[in-house]
Amino acid sequence: MPEITRDQVEHLARLAHIRMTDEELDTMSGDLEKILEHVSAVQAAAGDDVTPTSHPIALENVFREDVPAGMLTQEEALDQAPDSEDGQFKVPAILDGE
Amino acid sequence: MSHAEQTMDFAEAMERFDPVLGFEVHVELNTATKIFSSAPNAFGDEPNTNVTPLDLGLPGTLPVLNREAVEYAIHLGVALDAQVAETCRFARKNYFYPDTPKNFQTSQYDEPIVFDGHLDVELEDGEVFRVEIERAHLEDDAGKLTHVGGSGRIQGASASLVDYNRAGVPLIEIVTKPIVGAGARAPELARAYVTAIRDIVKAIGISDARMEHGNVRCDANVSLMEKGADRFGTRTETKNVGSTRAVQQAVTHEIQRQAAVLAAGGTVTQETRHWHEDTRTTTSGRPKSDADDYRYFPEPDLVPVHVDAAWIERVRAELPELPAVRNRRLKGEWGFSDAEFRDVVNAGVADQIAETVEAGASAAAARKWWMGEIARLANVAEKEVAELGVTPAHVVEVEELIAAKTINDKIAKQVLGFVAEGEGSPKEIVEARSLAVVSDDGALTAAVDAAIADNPDVVAKIQGGKMAAVGALIGPVMKATRGQADAGRVREIVLERLGVG
Repeated sequence: MPEITRDQVEHLARLAHIRMTDEELDTMSGDLEKILEHVSAVQAAAGDDVTPTSHPIALENVFREDVPAGMLTQEEALDQAPDSEDGQFKVPAILDGE
Repeated sequence: MSHAEQTMDFAEAMERFDPVLGFEVHVELNTATKIFSSAPNAFGDEPNTNVTPLDLGLPGTLPVLNREAVEYAIHLGVALDAQVAETCRFARKNYFYPDTPKNFQTSQYDEPIVFDGHLDVELEDGEVFRVEIERAHLEDDAGKLTHVGGSGRIQGASASLVDYNRAGVPLIEIVTKPIVGAGARAPELARAYVTAIRDIVKAIGISDARMEHGNVRCDANVSLMEKGADRFGTRTETKNVGSTRAVQQAVTHEIQRQAAVLAAGGTVTQETRHWHEDTRTTTSGRPKSDADDYRYFPEPDLVPVHVDAAWIERVRAELPELPAVRNRRLKGEWGFSDAEFRDVVNAGVADQIAETVEAGASAAAARKWWMGEIARLANVAEKEVAELGVTPAHVVEVEELIAAKTINDKIAKQVLGFVAEGEGSPKEIVEARSLAVVSDDGALTAAVDAAIADNPDVVAKIQGGKMAAVGALIGPVMKATRGQADAGRVREIVLERLGVG
């Protein structure tokens, strides 16, 4: 059974840009381990004859035709942006604090 | 920030080390719409107008795969003599960056659509080098960032502006296997490989392949190993090199830089490096770190792609002629020698010659103009031949004017110069500038009579049987007509007037 360490949770939180308290890190490592344990029951049930799937419904080749449609105007695109300039989204300095 | 690093002389580096190369070439596909959304795939439009909610990463949006992107990937697979996966899936590559609003790139991880191909790359002297292709996978492009303040660089910028028109443009990333054994020709091979990929994706029509628009972008991996070593050295990855010439220069520089590091007893840091066109050097980007843990997982919002043999065979049957095959055919049709044809290809005028021949000129005439006067004009103007403004149709027109004896070769060169300067078509220029050869006997006879009157000694020589002296009378006539006289006709008139010949 995989062991989920506190360090791993901290690493994941950092990658996912989620701020977690010490307490949360402690409880989350135990919680994640339980979840993995639960899911592994499914893995155990699947024999070699069952191929891994990423989708619950057996579908393939769902395609769209190559025809333009449904564009937003620039105004609509920027409508929800916290800040914009010259028709573009304005974001804080990327390297700030690195 | 960018401090110059030590480099070793290239020849010396080649005596001590063997370079190992690897390339990741990103090709933007020229589908009408994006890979997972129905927004137009177009370059140069108003910012944030070619976007749908999906391209902005808005909640609740779902991707649907563009069938044409798959079709194009199959085209590439067939062109690279590669395997096309019977089934493949997409995966999420997770990272945070403002150019990627959904916080992941939709790519392919362990199941690329194309794998195990190869490309035979011809170097300038005709030597062929086989490059093995590891894989090619489909993914979406990111938006475009413009940094504000800090003189346009990311360092010191106060903010960045984002245009998502490019976000979601279909990309196919072509990854080579490690390329060993190129030795001192590694930089040249780098350039030839990227050129060959560019020419192929253009020829099969899956990309506009304009490197200046970023349609083809190359990441170049370089490492060195001591001569005779059997383990690869630590590699660096120089990102986003934007022209075939720059790829050659970047590989040369990395070889020289790494050789100096290793020779001084140091170790090469595994890192990404940035190419600087102005100084022709690379500088350190960021070292590989935690942030490169992309936590790939299968994209749950897209279903697997299944490509059956019939689909591949249909694409194979429809595939246009590949550049290497076309070159062999054209060389035969044109009757050029190996060296002549190679010069034409290296000069980048094979397409122009082909179109000129297609439009009705002979291959020899087309070669004469494109490799001669037009190449010279482009060289003087410091432009690519294709950008000069002289078209195959212009060359055909010039040939027609010469065949009709309206102009001679010398005037034709002047006419091409005026065409390059945007004065119009050759016929228009000859008309507007009154460049037509004077073959009107009245005008020519008057000029001949004047020359005879001015040169009695020459006349005496001719009448005394020295026919070679005729040239001394033709010269003044040509001068009087500003080079526009038909020299053959002038000679006839001189002989008539003098009653000889």
